[in-house]
Amino acid sequence: MTELTSLTIAEARAKLSAKEITAVELTDAYIAAIEAANDTINAYVAVTPEKAREMAKASDARIAAGKAGALEGIPLGIKDLFGTEGVHTQACSHILDGFEPRYESTVTQNLWNDGAVMLGKLNMDEFAMGSSNETSYYGPVKNPWRGKNSNLDLVPGGSSGGSAAAVAAHLCAGATATDTGGSIRQPAAFTGTVGIKPTYGRCSRWGVVAFASSLDQAGPIARDVRDAAILLKSMASIDPKDTTSVDLPVPDYEASIGKSIKGMKIGIPKEYRVDGMPEEIETLWQQGIAWLKDAGAEIVDISLPHTKYALPAYYIVAPAEASSNLARYDGVRYGLRVDGKDIIDMYEKTRAAGFGQEVKRRIMIGTYVLSAGYYDAYYLRAQKVRTLIKRDFELVFDAGVDAILTPATPSSAFGIADEDLAADPVKMYLNDIFTVTVNMAGLPGIAVPGGLDRKGLPLGLQLIGKPFEEETLFKTAHVIEQAAGRFTPSKWW
Amino acid sequence: MSVDLATVKRVARLARIAVSEEEAERMMGELNGILGFVEQLSEVNVDGVEPMTSVTPMNMKKRTDTVADGDKAADIVANAPNSDRNFFLVPKVVE
Repeated sequence: MTELTSLTIAEARAKLSAKEITAVELTDAYIAAIEAANDTINAYVAVTPEKAREMAKASDARIAAGKAGALEGIPLGIKDLFGTEGVHTQACSHILDGFEPRYESTVTQNLWNDGAVMLGKLNMDEFAMGSSNETSYYGPVKNPWRGKNSNLDLVPGGSSGGSAAAVAAHLCAGATATDTGGSIRQPAAFTGTVGIKPTYGRCSRWGVVAFASSLDQAGPIARDVRDAAILLKSMASIDPKDTTSVDLPVPDYEASIGKSIKGMKIGIPKEYRVDGMPEEIETLWQQGIAWLKDAGAEIVDISLPHTKYALPAYYIVAPAEASSNLARYDGVRYGLRVDGKDIIDMYEKTRAAGFGQEVKRRIMIGTYVLSAGYYDAYYLRAQKVRTLIKRDFELVFDAGVDAILTPATPSSAFGIADEDLAADPVKMYLNDIFTVTVNMAGLPGIAVPGGLDRKGLPLGLQLIGKPFEEETLFKTAHVIEQAAGRFTPSKWW
Repeated sequence: MSVDLATVKRVARLARIAVSEEEAERMMGELNGILGFVEQLSEVNVDGVEPMTSVTPMNMKKRTDTVADGDKAADIVANAPNSDRNFFLVPKVVE
């Protein structure tokens, strides 16, 4: 018999409903795997074995009663950004020390309503600010992938590094994640997993710790395209508690898996060919084009002329919104407090001790660009550029393009504590060069593994779709997955 | 545009983050690096372009003006570092 933790969600679902396995057995297998691996991988910052077993037991009862939900008995990991009632929720920041919300985020509540089991909370970059999971207060996550004949520890990407690593190392069946500039797709690409950032407004942001409200969107990281479709169906909803949650019914995403892409028009944007991009990325991209062509899609060259301005505009918009959202951490209502001689001193000392360097950097940039006299030059201009970025996509879609194919990242996973990247924040930011445009325009984007590079590390392809056409992405990503195969790291931990 | 040490300290004050002299110096370099990077936006012609205010074109949802939630004072102060009888306690602000 295969190991229970190697089952995909779809496979586990079949075995659970056929009563070949129980939810408690499945959950126990994951808890044992986490106990054995987490000291090394550091994917979880809090494990909730008792809660998990209790939920699994309830799942078994519902299965026995013929009342199984869509995710009944499926053990999931939850990114630390999601509010989970009575359970560690700290956005992996020191400033939220001890915070256990008295409420449940809409996305996680949707999962529990469908019968999913919570294994614990997953590591991430502090407040989702980072591309390597190294800004976490709980330390870096190790990528389950290592280069051939190499012992070098690699980053899993970020900010959803714990989610991606846990899925790749089979420490959960699937995971929730969030994406503000690439935080689902980049770690998915670095770990050989599938990650989708749905259209802005598809998943409720209620109860999710806010980073940049006009860019943040929740989505799943999963082992394959089908599992990602299953998870998104449960995570997405229409939520009166989030005014940006869209009033559109949630489609059955799984039904689009296996559908033909014949006659679909796939755009290839010339602006995504950047200087210094490794040749292997170009090769992967060409391979992706060939696969889609073989499946009957029509390939068209397109232009998205404002692409190069997406990252600089992002580094105004995101920090500006973050500086405002993070103003609430003042040592008064929750989390850390460092006493001072008066209230201002208390605020300043609390925030100095509670926020890490990257978070401080972004709050400072945001405060500066929003300060008197600079608003028009920075924030207003960036929001105008954002309109132009969105218009680029609209023009292409209006011309009949159904989806856009690009590389997901400009490289494969890099080493933990890479000196080059540590010395220059902007260099780290460039990791999101292919993903950030999608957030700026509010579009859906999926990262799917396309192959391994020379070092034996996974590389991902990205598909970008029209608003609320996630189904197109699932069926197209599935075609790539069928051609490329699936990738699992060999176990060294 | 670039920032000097005095500006970094002023911004840190606005952001309510205590910074040491050494940190302010380091931040000055980092912030100038980022500001230098975003400088390229000035080459984009944005004449007549509306700023993006809504990611997805949709009507703002409204609800009726009725109480939908509340009576949760104990829940609200539950995570406070210091509270008393459902009040948040802070250092004295009025003499």
